[in-house]
Amino acid sequence: MTMLEVKNLRASYGRIPVLHGVDFSVEHGAFIGILGHNGMGKTTLLKTILGQLPASDGEIRLEGRNITRDSAHVRANLGIGYVPQGREIFPRLSVEENLRMGLLRLKGGEAAGRQAFERTLEEFPRLKPLLGRSGGVLSGGEQQILALARSLCGNPKLLMLDEPAEGIQPSIVEEIIEILSGLRDSRSLTLVLVEQKLDFIAALVDSTFVIQRGRITGSIPAGGLADTDVVREFVGFGQS
Amino acid sequence: MIGRLSIDGQMLAVVTLSTILLLILPQVFEIDTILQLTLNFSFSILALSLAFVWGYAGIFSFGQAAFFGIGGYAYAATAINLGDSTPAIVAGVLVPTLFAALFGYFVFYARLTKIYVAVITLVMTLILYKFMGQTAKPDYMIGNARLGGYNGIPAVPPINVPGQPHLFAGPDEMFYIAGFSLLAVYVLLRWILGTRFGKVIIGMRENEKRMELLGFDTRLYKLLAFVVAAAVAGFGGVVFTNWNAFIDPHVFQLAFSAQPIIWVMIGGLGTLAGPILGTFILSTLSLELGVQKALDVNLLLGAIFTFFVLLVPQGIIPTVRNLLENREAAASNKTDGTTESRG
Repeated sequence: MTMLEVKNLRASYGRIPVLHGVDFSVEHGAFIGILGHNGMGKTTLLKTILGQLPASDGEIRLEGRNITRDSAHVRANLGIGYVPQGREIFPRLSVEENLRMGLLRLKGGEAAGRQAFERTLEEFPRLKPLLGRSGGVLSGGEQQILALARSLCGNPKLLMLDEPAEGIQPSIVEEIIEILSGLRDSRSLTLVLVEQKLDFIAALVDSTFVIQRGRITGSIPAGGLADTDVVREFVGFGQS
Repeated sequence: MIGRLSIDGQMLAVVTLSTILLLILPQVFEIDTILQLTLNFSFSILALSLAFVWGYAGIFSFGQAAFFGIGGYAYAATAINLGDSTPAIVAGVLVPTLFAALFGYFVFYARLTKIYVAVITLVMTLILYKFMGQTAKPDYMIGNARLGGYNGIPAVPPINVPGQPHLFAGPDEMFYIAGFSLLAVYVLLRWILGTRFGKVIIGMRENEKRMELLGFDTRLYKLLAFVVAAAVAGFGGVVFTNWNAFIDPHVFQLAFSAQPIIWVMIGGLGTLAGPILGTFILSTLSLELGVQKALDVNLLLGAIFTFFVLLVPQGIIPTVRNLLENREAAASNKTDGTTESRG
C-alpha cells in the first residue's frame, strides 16, 4: 500500500515558483531519500507536504487520503512527523519538557504517554542523563537526537527528515543511522530523508529520488549511490 | 540553601501565607492604606491576565485593559439594572469573555503576526475609549444605566450577599473580597499552566510553528488563551469598579493600557508572582511620588521604568531567581566538588 503519493505538485514563494510539478510515491515501510543541491527545492517540497506552504497545484495523498488542502496540524495528527533543518528544539525548555511536548498529542491519556516516553528513552539512551538540562545548552548532535526523539514521541507513520546530518560530528551521524535503521523494524516507520550528503543517504535508504530545479528528474536504486558515475550522471556532483 | 518544595507544596505555602496576611492587614493599617491595597488587588488581577496571555502564551495584548474596562462597565450596567451584584459579577466576566472570543477569532484565525496583534488590540481599546467618551447624551442607556460619556457611571451598587442587596460590602469586606479574588485567580492560572493546555501554550510561546507540526491547532489555542485572559481581566474590572463604585472611559486610554505592560515587565515576564509585585511597587511609587510637587510624576515614573529596563531587563523575579540559583550552584560546587548540575 502506498504511504505517500505526490502528484504534479507545484508550490511557490509569492510569485517565484519553486516546485514545477513533483511526482513521486513512497510505499509503506520504505526508506527513501531525496537528493539534490542547495536551492533545488528539497526543503520546499517537505514544507509543502507538511502544509507549511500551500500547494498551488497538484495533489498530496497520505494512505490514499487527499491532504492537499488540510492545514499543518491536521496533517501532523494524521501521522506525519518532521525533523526540521536546524532542529528547532525548544531551547528554553528542558530535554524532558521537549519530549513531553511531543507526547501531549498522544491518545490514551497518561499511561500511553508514560509508555511512549519510556520507549523513546530506551531508543535514545543518550538522552537519559540529559533530561534535566535545557535544550539550548546541548551540542548540535544532541539537539538533533532530541529533535528526532521528540518527533517519534508522537508515534508518526511517516517521518520526514531535513538534512539531519548537517553540521554534526561524525560519531553522532553514525548513531543516528543506527537508531533509524533500528526503528525500521521496531516501529514500522516510513521515512523520507532529504539530504545532500551521499554517504549518509546511502547508509539508510532503499532508493533515492533526485530533485533538480523543482522536479524529480530520476531515481537511483539502493546500490547506485555507491557508484559515483551513476550519481554524477543524475545530480551533476563534481562538475563544478 | 533553599529547600526545594514541590509545586503543590509551594502553592500551599503561598495560599497559607497570603491568607494570614490578608486577615492581619486590616487590623494593622488605616482605612486609606486598606483602600489603596484593594485598588492594587484589582490592578494585580489585570496584571495577572496579561502575565498569562503575554508571559506564557506569547501573545502581546496591548489592549488587555480593554477587557478590564468592559468587565467594569458590564458589572456597573447589570448591577444598576438588577440591583443585585451576583448576576452583575457573572456579566462582568462573561461579556469580556464573549467579546474576546469574537474579536480573537478574527485576529487569530486570520493568523495575524505578533506585532499586528499588538497594534490591533491597542486600536480596539482606543476605539472603545472614543466610543464610551461620546455616550454623554441621555440616549445612551443600558436599561436604567446611563453610560455618561467621559463622566462615566457613578454610584455603582457594591457587591452584596447573593439575593440580599441590603447586605453589601463596605471597605473592609471589599478588601477581603479583592484580596481573596486575587489569590483565587493566581491559583487558577497556576493550575491552568500545569494542565496539558498550559503546556501547549508555553510550547507555542517558544515555537509556534513547531507546535503546529506536532499536531496542535495553534489558532485555537491562542484564541483560548486570549479568552481566558480576557475573562480574568474582566473580573479584575469588576473588583476595580467596586473599589470606588465608579467606572469611566479612562480605563480604555492609552496611558492606562500601557500600565499593565509596565507592571509585567518590571515584575518579570514569564512569571505570575512578578507582575503582582510590579503592580504593587509601581502604584505605591506613583502614589508616593504624587505627594511631592517638584517633578512631574509621569516623568519620574518614565525615568524609573527606562533605567529599570536597562538594568534589570528580565524583571525582578527572574533576576532574583537567577541570582539565587547561581549562588546555590556555587555553594553545592564548593561542598561536594562536583560540577555536575541538574539545571
